[in-house]
Amino acid sequence: MPSATVAPSPVHASRPAAPARRPRKAGGQKITNNVTGYAFLIGAIICFALFSWYPMVRGFIMSFQRTRRGVTTWVGWDNYERILQDPSFWTAWKNTAYFTVLALVLGYAVPFVVAIIFNELRHARGYLRVLVYLPVMLPPASALFLYKYYAYDPSDAGLFNAVLKFLHLPTSQWMQSTSMAVPAMVLASTWMNMGGAVLIYLAALQNIPGSLYEAAELDGAGLFKRIRHVTIPQTKLILSLMAMLQVVATMQLFIEPLILANGAGTQDSATSVAYLIYQHGFFQNDLNGAAALGVIMLVVLGGFSAAYLRLSAKQE
Amino acid sequence: MSVTQYRRVAALAAVAGLGLALAACSTKGDDSSSSGDKVTITVDCMPVGSQKELLKDWNADVEAFQKLNPNITIKSVSVGAQCNNPPDFTARLAGGTVTDVFYAYMTDLQQVLDSGQAMEITQYVNKDVIPTWDSISKEAKAAFSEGDKLYGIPTKNYSMGLLYNKNLFQQAGLDAKNPPKTWEEVREAAKKIAALGNGIAGYSDYSAGNTGGWHFTAELFSQGGQVVTADGKKADFNNDLGKKVLQNLKDMRYTDKSMGEKQLLQWADLLTNAGAGKVGMFVGAPDATTAIVTQFQGKYQDWAMAPMPGQGGPAKGTLGGGEGYFFKKGLSKAQVEAGLKWLAYEKLTVGKGQFDYVRAKPENNPVGLPQPQLFIPGSDAFKADNDLKVANANVTVDDFALFANNPVPIKFEPANAQAIYAILDSAMSAILTNPNASVDDELKKAEDKVNQALAAAAK
Repeated sequence: MPSATVAPSPVHASRPAAPARRPRKAGGQKITNNVTGYAFLIGAIICFALFSWYPMVRGFIMSFQRTRRGVTTWVGWDNYERILQDPSFWTAWKNTAYFTVLALVLGYAVPFVVAIIFNELRHARGYLRVLVYLPVMLPPASALFLYKYYAYDPSDAGLFNAVLKFLHLPTSQWMQSTSMAVPAMVLASTWMNMGGAVLIYLAALQNIPGSLYEAAELDGAGLFKRIRHVTIPQTKLILSLMAMLQVVATMQLFIEPLILANGAGTQDSATSVAYLIYQHGFFQNDLNGAAALGVIMLVVLGGFSAAYLRLSAKQE
Repeated sequence: MSVTQYRRVAALAAVAGLGLALAACSTKGDDSSSSGDKVTITVDCMPVGSQKELLKDWNADVEAFQKLNPNITIKSVSVGAQCNNPPDFTARLAGGTVTDVFYAYMTDLQQVLDSGQAMEITQYVNKDVIPTWDSISKEAKAAFSEGDKLYGIPTKNYSMGLLYNKNLFQQAGLDAKNPPKTWEEVREAAKKIAALGNGIAGYSDYSAGNTGGWHFTAELFSQGGQVVTADGKKADFNNDLGKKVLQNLKDMRYTDKSMGEKQLLQWADLLTNAGAGKVGMFVGAPDATTAIVTQFQGKYQDWAMAPMPGQGGPAKGTLGGGEGYFFKKGLSKAQVEAGLKWLAYEKLTVGKGQFDYVRAKPENNPVGLPQPQLFIPGSDAFKADNDLKVANANVTVDDFALFANNPVPIKFEPANAQAIYAILDSAMSAILTNPNASVDDELKKAEDKVNQALAAAAK
């Protein structure tokens, strides 16, 4: 933009005026400004370094070590071999994968459908939003204890069993059943967490221009066609991001088995990979084995995230 | 102040604040020091705020001890009501944040030594420092020793028996003065108690949080078995004795339906049910009744205790365990001596600290339970403690007489006990929650895992 304060020279009158040079800042001022920036940054860097990066590096190193009598030695792949031979290893992965798939079907789809319904409503949307978000405000441990003691009580006094009995349907042992443990954890987890996802989807839905729906309606699109051809494409970015976050979060399943099943559950039916890490580290006095399992989990989740990024880059 | 200046000040304040916060989080402090004649030691397992009377007593004891020993300062640390919740304890050990004198179970010796956190104290311990030292049972001392090296001081111990609810016995038409002596009789009594309905379990047992493995071990000991071979290198429960333990439980759970629907119980779950009058019998130590009363709203007068049942006759053994204190590596001689003096005062002197029955009686803390069994029967300390206990008893001593007067040989917990218990939880939970679970398969699976864990521990 030409400077209003500098008159164009007669020689170059036909040319647009050159922008006025900003006065060069003194070196000291520049450093001071940068210091302020770095000072703001340093807190975050220290926190990440201390509580994220350092533990990750330390865990990786520990996975190749063993500590006996306070003396730490390098043992190569020993810890990994031992973890791979643990009879619970594959069960934990199988349970975690099952939980992730079920959570993807239920915990991912249900909030989206709920958000679409809320978005279509003309009245009481605010109340319903609060209602759906309420469980998120409960501490996760409290919410799970509610399920454990009231909903999943295996006797007929349990809430779910009482309802099933009232409907003349077969009751369940819930967390004490090898077949119901994982679905029961998914159900509780979805109830606890869906409020946040619903609000995010709702925000994305409300950003879709109304003209697109009007155009679709003029073209004769019904509800499902509008969802398929307008809603889903317009929220693709948030949907794919939420899918990745959902998978990464559900693969780290821990508090649900810990509280609902008091740990591993019946015949390891609730054991997750994260719980197995906890069991090795804190109950079996095997912190090095736990570190090895943690590294394996990191590699798997890292692989999944890389695949996701590659796929989304291709789509773009 | 301009915006730029304001931002700069805010940034510097944030950095300074973070630095201060990190400094505050640092575990290195001046807690463990000795300068000149003054000695400071940190000690854990101070009662928590909700244990009002116990906390008041502890603080009074610290004050009295410091008056007697003006050169010693005790800094008390609370680590939860249970003092040694295995995951928390492991974290403290691994992080090197244990106190100078730190609480541990008798089963923790191996883990503590592996962590490199404990120091040998053999040279400091004698009856001049701990006057009752020669009266303390050899088995209790052995739990804190490796070879002839002593690493800790035992302060409490127990052995297990059959706890039963007298009230439910009477309601079920059973003779509360003649409780079951064998597992067969336990089964019959459990059926009658469970028949009362209303969600009452005739017999209840653990199957989670390491407590399932703990009770499997106790019940195996009663059969005459052992969880590991004498050399500690292999599992030794996948045999007829181990099968009997699980088969008894399976029969009670599914054939007799006398164990209730709710399983996957750990420590607090079972005791909550017991406090609510929903449990007829369970295996436990005498102080389980204390927890039922002080933490789970039960009543002392409902409970009595008999010796551990046996298979077809008296039990061949009962599980013994307990607790004590280790000393953190790197303490000075003065600090170790101060720690020993404190333990002698608070934990091992008849009439003081944990043995101050005159004080405990009006506070309604139980006096008269056959626990701890720390002093050798017949020793001076044993006699003095027993006399004081009887004189101040506030629980009905008769309710525990069958247990106290019919001692069963005590077998102490194996090395690496917590790791083994964690694995055996799985066998217990399978048998108690899945009617189709096979006793043979579950024992085999647990055996393989325990062998693997023992091999790893031996490396």
